[in-house]
Amino acid sequence: MSEPNAAAESSQVMSAADIDRALTRIAHEIVEAQRGTHGLIILGIPRRGAPLAHRLGANLARIDADFTPDDAVGALDITMYRDDLGSGGARTPEPTDLPQAGIDGATVVLVDDVLFSGRTVRAALDALSDLGRPAAVRLAVLVDRGHRQLPVRADHVGKNLPTSREERVFVQLAGVDDVATEDEAVMITR
Amino acid sequence: MRHLLSTADLTRTQALRILDTAEEMTGVSAREVKKLPTLRGRTVVNLFFEDSTRTRVSFEAAAKRLSADVVNFSAKGSSVSKGESLKDTVQTLDAMGADAIVIRHGSSGAPAQLAASDWSEAAVVNAGDGTHEHPTQALLDALTLRRDWHAAHYGEASSPRGTDLTGMRVLIVGDVLHSRVARSNIWLLTTLGATVSLVAPGTLLPVGVESWPVTVHYSFDQALAAGPDAVIMLRVQAERMGGSFFPNAAEYARRWGLTEERLAVVNQLRLAETEAPALILHPGPMNRGVEISAAAADSAQSRITEQVTNGVSVRMAVLHLLLTGSRGHHDDDRSSL
Amino acid sequence: MSGATLITSARLYGQDPADLLLRGGQIAAVGDDLRSQAAEQLDEDVTVIDAEGLIALPGMVDLHTHLREPGREDAETVETGTRAAARGGFTAVHAMANSAPVADTAGVVEQVHRLGLESGWSEVYPVGAVTVGLGGERLAELGAMAESSAAVRMFSDDGHCVDNALLMRRAMEYVKSFGGFIAQHAQEPTLTAEAQMNEGEVSATLGLPGWPAVAEEAIIARDVLLAQHTGARLHICHVSTAGSVGIIRWAKDRGVAVTAEVTPHHLMLTDELVTSYNPVYKVNPPLRTRVDVDALRQGLAEGVIDVIGTDHAPHPTQAKECEWAQAAMGMTGLETALPVVAHAMISTGLMDWRRFSEVTSTEPARIYGHQHQGRPLQAGEPANLILVDPQAAGPIRPESHASKGRNSPFAGLELPGRVRYTFLAGHPTLAEGELATSLTGRAA
Repeated sequence: MSEPNAAAESSQVMSAADIDRALTRIAHEIVEAQRGTHGLIILGIPRRGAPLAHRLGANLARIDADFTPDDAVGALDITMYRDDLGSGGARTPEPTDLPQAGIDGATVVLVDDVLFSGRTVRAALDALSDLGRPAAVRLAVLVDRGHRQLPVRADHVGKNLPTSREERVFVQLAGVDDVATEDEAVMITR
Repeated sequence: MRHLLSTADLTRTQALRILDTAEEMTGVSAREVKKLPTLRGRTVVNLFFEDSTRTRVSFEAAAKRLSADVVNFSAKGSSVSKGESLKDTVQTLDAMGADAIVIRHGSSGAPAQLAASDWSEAAVVNAGDGTHEHPTQALLDALTLRRDWHAAHYGEASSPRGTDLTGMRVLIVGDVLHSRVARSNIWLLTTLGATVSLVAPGTLLPVGVESWPVTVHYSFDQALAAGPDAVIMLRVQAERMGGSFFPNAAEYARRWGLTEERLAVVNQLRLAETEAPALILHPGPMNRGVEISAAAADSAQSRITEQVTNGVSVRMAVLHLLLTGSRGHHDDDRSSL
Repeated sequence: MSGATLITSARLYGQDPADLLLRGGQIAAVGDDLRSQAAEQLDEDVTVIDAEGLIALPGMVDLHTHLREPGREDAETVETGTRAAARGGFTAVHAMANSAPVADTAGVVEQVHRLGLESGWSEVYPVGAVTVGLGGERLAELGAMAESSAAVRMFSDDGHCVDNALLMRRAMEYVKSFGGFIAQHAQEPTLTAEAQMNEGEVSATLGLPGWPAVAEEAIIARDVLLAQHTGARLHICHVSTAGSVGIIRWAKDRGVAVTAEVTPHHLMLTDELVTSYNPVYKVNPPLRTRVDVDALRQGLAEGVIDVIGTDHAPHPTQAKECEWAQAAMGMTGLETALPVVAHAMISTGLMDWRRFSEVTSTEPARIYGHQHQGRPLQAGEPANLILVDPQAAGPIRPESHASKGRNSPFAGLELPGRVRYTFLAGHPTLAEGELATSLTGRAA
């Protein structure tokens, strides 16, 4: 990913505290929507969806003691399912890490940082179908910036952010992005 | 990376990228749906001027697991055996829309010539050229070595992604002179931080070997006494046994073969300071009883079947990285969708 | 063109400017300001060439040319090869015997000789084969070739080594009686059975079977000892290794009648180029190392090596547009010899233009025994000479060459010096860098 361009104008759209609160709220929403955490699997889409999924898993465990993140949180790499291979640079796939029990019959919540065109989610659904047959698939994102190109809708959204197509939105997570000392979501206007 | 012609062209970063990608491909081969849609609509041509069913099948499986269309072109019995030139053959395949040409050729340099020519736009993968190189064999060897090396040091549970072979000592035994596997391994393993030694009869080492980043031994027993972490046995071609390179197969086996006696020595070797046993590799096909005893080939240290499995993963990784990168651009990280 | 030619202000041998008057196939006068004399004394047409800045040299003589005719007219003909010679500044070439049929009988050498006379772009002297069909087993009809209208004096199985020591000895002894000599292609065949390139660091990495220096040096060592023993003359073709230079130096110090040639490409190119696997760099003997190149340059500068021989070896495109191992060996050389040697020897300060004229003209003519080639630029001498622009540069463009061969390893290289005029017996075959007409009136 390109780093924010110093010459462009950048503004923070979510602070570390905002992100924290959003993840807490999403965890409550999931528990409420699923009426608990039974059969629930949280899969983050690398790269930033994966650590977000783990944070979400930790929140879920605080809400419901029956939820054990080690058995229910993983990662779903979608590199090999993308529809834009050949136009960007070649991509090294990230690990896919599924819970031991597999995903058959489970309710899978996909987690990503920014929802934009919907193509990532399309790829994730394809990847999931090669790995098993979940009972239901839900989508949680930290930021929904609009401009969908596919009929995709998030079930849980941290922040709805109106943007123009030219603007870019980055989520930077401490411990994931080298440049980030603390979490934030940033919008870049060129 | 536009083509894969020689491991000498690979930087450490590029080599690790291939190995890391191959690690993820291994997971695909283990699951129920062993197929990825990545290369849907792409055409991979296996252009084999030499018979090598093993390598061809491995590339074919790799391409098919990535959903590519595969065209197998064997030069034997084709127009090539009637004198058609490499240029005409390649231009024909190019006209059919090949996105990648996997070429096995008896002449050293044929893949490089193809890549440098304007005969085709396709990505070129060297699947073994003469006595020059066999890059995917070296990559699968490195993948095999890395998995054990990493597991011995950090346990089975952690992923070897991003790690190299720093500190590993690899001994390559046999016909280095005619071995494309040896050449590719020497460059790649060295790039990945391993130390490579060779042991061979003087007749089967090239003049100029002193310029290579290797230590040369003439005694297998002395080389084993130095305590390598892995031993890669090279195949001895039948046509070398005629008496001009070494007296006969029996003397070769005694002096340069991984006999049962030498297997007992290898049994005592460990991966560096760990408890894990040292490894035995062979690119296949083996001459059991000549360069490797049956006991060594079938021993617990042998990674020969893993090499075959890893071959598919490495070739998937190579095809993925060559065919999904944009033409003429340097690789970069994923951009947002 | 029947009149005289007046060349003004040419720097003879790259030294002081002088005027040259050519008339009747000879250099009629050399001196300062011949223009006024000419105007006063001559009533015939005088073509004046302003050679300000150009260097006048004797016409170059190549002892080692493959004209391919008869048999491989798709690669080169006597006509196209001698046009290339004229463009390259050669007024005499010696056509190697590996044609099809091989030049091992009076009939074939007379045919080649006749084709040369008819073309008239350069003199053509056929080289006779040493053994029947270059087979290395039986002596060819050496005497018949010597007595033929081609009057062959030079015999070579070039492309093949006369590896049988006894046969080599007999050949050297046999041709001695009529002033002939053997030009040996020094290559021990058993050491080079599948050889593809110089054996060393590069071949080890490229996985191409190596061609050891010792395969050349062993034959040269043997043959200089044979020459010493028999008292015969020996010429070594295309010396390519530092070791060979050392052996030849040793032999000359002992008074052995040995002469040696080096190709322009061996004075410049190394086996590192083979890393590209581009067959344009495939040649016999193979390109060697920087150490060898330096030794060859030194040997040529010091006179251990006597002459430049181009080993001009044109091939059709398909013979080079294929896998390295299947590609033909050889490079074109006639039209690039002067700039390459100028680059390797003159730009480096290893020799001046006078020494250049010795190794490209005087010495090869002396070795063969020519009376009218390789002569000094003096009044009364045959007007075989060239005018060279030492400043001219620009990339080598094989597609513009007169040779049919496009297999030049120098393509695209910026090399100094171009031949502007070539005079064969006073007739300009090359004028202002373009082919003019041949001595027999053939148009370009």
